[in-house]
Formats: sequence, structure tokens, C-alpha cells
Amino acid sequence: MSATTAAISDDMRHADGYSAASMSPNEEPFREPLILGNPTMHDISRKIIGIIESEVTFKYLATLAITATLAVWGIFCIGYTIATGIGVWGLNNPVAWGWDITNFVFWIGIGHAGTLISAILFLFRQKWRTAINRSAEAMTIFAVICALTMVVIHTGRPWFAYWLFPYPNQMLMWINFRSPLVWDVFAVNTYFTVSLLFWFTGLVPDFATARNMVKSVVAKKIYHFFSLGWTGSTRHWHVYEVAYMIFAAISTPLVLSVHSVVSFDFATSVIPGWHTTIFPPYFVAGAIFSGFAMVMTLLVIAREILGLKDFITLKHLDNMNKIILATGMMVGYAYSMELFVAWYSKNPYEWATFYNRLTGDYAWAYWTMVSCNVISPQIYWFKKLRRNIPVMFIISIFVNIGMWFERFTIISTSLHHDYLPASWGYYSPTWVEISIFIGTFGIFLTLFLLFAKFMPMIAIAEVKGVMPNAQPHHHEENH
Amino acid sequence: MSNNQPFAILGNFTDVNVLFHAAEKTRDAGYQDFDIYTPYPVHGLDKAMGVKRTILPHISFWGGIVGLISAVLLMWWTGAVDYKLSIGGKPFFAVEFGMPVMFELTILLTALATFFALWGLCKLPRWYNELQHDAGFQRATDDQFVMAIFSTDQRFSTENTRKFLSEIGADDVRSVNSGAI
Repeated sequence: MSATTAAISDDMRHADGYSAASMSPNEEPFREPLILGNPTMHDISRKIIGIIESEVTFKYLATLAITATLAVWGIFCIGYTIATGIGVWGLNNPVAWGWDITNFVFWIGIGHAGTLISAILFLFRQKWRTAINRSAEAMTIFAVICALTMVVIHTGRPWFAYWLFPYPNQMLMWINFRSPLVWDVFAVNTYFTVSLLFWFTGLVPDFATARNMVKSVVAKKIYHFFSLGWTGSTRHWHVYEVAYMIFAAISTPLVLSVHSVVSFDFATSVIPGWHTTIFPPYFVAGAIFSGFAMVMTLLVIAREILGLKDFITLKHLDNMNKIILATGMMVGYAYSMELFVAWYSKNPYEWATFYNRLTGDYAWAYWTMVSCNVISPQIYWFKKLRRNIPVMFIISIFVNIGMWFERFTIISTSLHHDYLPASWGYYSPTWVEISIFIGTFGIFLTLFLLFAKFMPMIAIAEVKGVMPNAQPHHHEENH
Repeated sequence: MSNNQPFAILGNFTDVNVLFHAAEKTRDAGYQDFDIYTPYPVHGLDKAMGVKRTILPHISFWGGIVGLISAVLLMWWTGAVDYKLSIGGKPFFAVEFGMPVMFELTILLTALATFFALWGLCKLPRWYNELQHDAGFQRATDDQFVMAIFSTDQRFSTENTRKFLSEIGADDVRSVNSGAI
């Protein structure tokens, strides 16, 4: 067996798959390689499974301890809220939605990048997605968990949350399907379910690789269970690839619909500043924007700590920064268009709301949003800065902050000035709301750290499939 | 199965081009009960093997239709038949407000149908495989391609099949007995 191993390794190393001459015809020679360092397929499996098998480091445990502490603190504050009632939050009339819904929209938005990378980039045949799709999809699931947490506790009596579903009950009542909040229940739950199924489907072949490679007997058993007994049979791959394509094809409209439906929560109301038709596309662009920023924040750290620089290369980060630049300008366009339409409509309430947004009590939040979301990504016009790790880390943090403030601005500036000046108010959060928000970060990061340690963090099978010489030559010529 | 008949004959490949031609040759030689195990999906290999197109898209489609119909029936029956509740004079049922839920349930049921049909068509989960203890076979999730011709095939004969596998370029051709450990 070892003889064949040596043979394949030598063969692949000498082949120098990255030079134009020996490249398979479907690879563009002028493109940067997707994986650096000329690894063999065995190297790739070894590297990714090696992360699972490696000793737990002190650094990892220390980070996990911090994030878990935040998570526990957040969960404690959630418990406090549930036990006492949402009076412990700063919400009141006129601002009845505050950090709860801001965080909900923020987390749902974060999730959208994962689906975009796994589904939309798949349909566009963007091969570079293979290195980042697994972790981005994981991020989607964890972000949606945080979003669901926020939205369930904001109902006030979360033990009745099941009332949101249509089920026969002794009250002989049904839910009101005319309410956008009910649409939201369907949209977010569908999104969570589909993302989870898609993610798991992608993981199965890699669980099989893990099953065959890990040394620990217990780990082998666990991966064996989750691999469902996957063998890599071509008859299975045939069905699998069709299923993957269908998942990608349905996730694409799904991801667009989810944030559209979230925006309906606002847009179908008659509150100035919310009642606009631009909301669905504006929210979707913002979601992708914020999601990519979060992927960037996490991947910049992960590739450093886990030694994945050959897989998540500067090319990947560069591409993501281009998407951040593009979507950043889309939200910038939406901000200005919103403003223009408010003025052009000659609706005094609409204009008053927007004028108040720019100059009123929450102007600081508005201008934080504009500087973070519209101005800061502009430096990505320069390739040098797109490929500068510290720069992209800082910008990604800025974008995360800016996108959080976007939701906060939309919610609080539209609510705090009601039609009558007598019912104007100012909303600020209490320590409980702040703690819960920090707690959701704790939950999100804890789950992500556990994922990075126990699951194949990079889609091994997919990366192998886009390696040079991975696909038969003449088949491509036949096309 | 008689004792002297192995479960399958296995051979490993390292070059995807050799493998591709081998698959075509195996198909053309008339073998039907054979399989190729690969660490990643090899484009066109299914066609080269003569694998029939899967019916999965049909199952997904009908899953979506069921989702769509159930959404319409659910909203119409609960809102316009069983529990009429006038809210702002809005209609009890209309496609306009029904659109989001119709869309989401269509997607949800398509996804569930696809997911379960995928594993159903692959006959997974199946946590035991006759070949699983063969060290060379395990390379199929790592860096090699493994072809297996099963003894259930009409044309199978231990000797000829072994020879055939060697001829088409397989390395390390070996017999694996059912339940061999």
C-alpha cells in the first residue's frame, strides 16, 4: 500500500499542477491557485482531519472559556428576563422595539453570507467558495440560533411561543396569516431547517473521511454514525450532486426571501421611515454585506490559529472584500435613495422622520452607520488594502458595527418620534439588554469554536474536486 | 453465496484519467454490478459507468408541490372556513398575503423531500459495509479511487474479473470476502 502512496505523492508533486503547461483544460492558467503549497489529496485530508485530532491548546481553551462565560452570562440574563418580564428592558412607549429586534435582524443578516457562499456562488460555479463554504454555513446556523433566541424572548411570554404555529387547539383559534410576523415565523424556521439540512448533507462525505482517518476509537464511532456509512460510491455521488444542486437552487431564492420577509415586518406597517418599498432589496444587500464582514472577521482569525493559510488564501479574502465593497455601495445607494424619496414624496411625516434621523437625538447612530458602512469599505478600491490582513480585519469589525447600527437606526429613529410631539421619547437599553446581546456573541463564538475543533472545518471533498488534475481531461474537452 | 466465491474484487486507481477509461471499459465489457468509490465527485464518471439518471429531481418537485398545496389549503381553511376573523376588513384569504407562506412551505417541503430522498435513494444510512475493513478501500475517502466488481454480477468469475481489473489499469487487485476482518 505504501508503495502506491509514494507513487501518487511523487506523481502529484512532480506534475506541478499549477503551471500553465500541465494544467487541466478547465483551469484558467492566469488565475491564482485556490490552494497554495501544492498539497496532495492525502495532505489535504491529513491537514483538515489533523485539526480535529490535534491536542487542545491552552489558547483554544482560554478562548473557549471566555466565550462560554459570556454565553452563560447571556443565558442568565435571558432567564432573568423571562422570570421577571421584559420590563427589565428599556423598552416602553413609544419605542416598543429596541435592541431585541435590532439583534434579531442583525443575527439573521449575519447568517445570509453563509447561504450566499454555499448556494449562490455554487450556482455561479465560483470554485473559490470551496475553502470557505463550510465555515460560513456553520456560521449561518449559529447566527440563526442567536436570532431565534432574540425573537423568542422578545415575545414577552416565550413559554407560549408555540402559539405562533398553526396547530389545532382547545381555543379553536388559528394564527392570522395576514400578519407579517407570522410570515417571519415561517421564513426563519424554513431558513434554519434548510440551512441545517444543506450543511449536514455537505458534511457527510467529510465525516466519512474523518471516520477512516481518526485514531481515537470513540471519535471513529461518532464520525461513523454521522457519516451514515458513506463510502464515496459513484452511484451515491451521482444522486448527491443532484441533491446538492437542488439545495443550492432552492436556497438561493430562500435567502432572498428570508430577509425580504424580515423587512416586511417593517415595510408593511404605516410608520414613517419603515413604510417603503425599497426595504426588501435594501435589507438583503445589507444582510449579505454584514454576513461577509462576519465571515471575514472569523476567517482571518481561524486561518491564523488553525494554520489554514494555504487553504483560505489572500485570493479568497480579496474576493470577499470585493463583495463587501459592492454590497457596501448597494446599502449606500439604499440610504441615499431612502432619503431622496422621503424628500421627493413631500410627505411631511416621512421627511420629518428622515430629517430627525440625520440631525436628531439618534444622529450619532446614523452617522456611525454611514461612516462604517459606506465610507470605510471604499478603501477596498485598492488591491493592496484588499489584501492587507490587519486592514481587512479592522474594516470587517467596522462593517459589523455599522450594520448593527443600521438596524438600530431604522428601529429607534422611526419609533421615538411618534406623530404627536407629546408622545416623543428616547430609548436606551438597560444592562440586561446589553448583556443578552453580548451573550448571543458568546453563544455564537462558543458554537463556532466547538465546530472548528470537532468538525471538518473545510469541505475536504469539495476542495479535492477543484484541485488541478482532479477531473478527467478528455471529459472536459467533450463538452 | 458459496464459500469460495469472494464478495467482490477490488482494485485501486491513482490517476483519474486511467480511472475514467477503466470505467468506460468496464461498462462496455458488460459488467453492471460494479461501483467506483472516489474521495470527491468525478465529473462524468457516472455517465462513463452507465449510471442511470436519478429520479431525485422528480421527488423534490413533488415535495415542493405538496408544500405549496398544503400552504394554500392551510391558510384558506383556517382563515376563510374554520375561523373567520375580520381584521381591518381584509379578505379572509388572498394569494397576495398568502405568498410568503406559500413560498416558504414550498421551499421547506422541497428541501425535506430532497434530503430524505437523497439518503433513501443511496440506501443510507447503512452503518455496515462488506468492504469497510479493507485498508485499500478506506483510501477511497482520502486520495485513491477504488473499483469494486461484485460477485453478484452475471459476468463475474473470480479469475477473469481479476485479470480484467489488472488489464484496465487497477493496482493492488484483490478479492474481499463478505464480512472479512
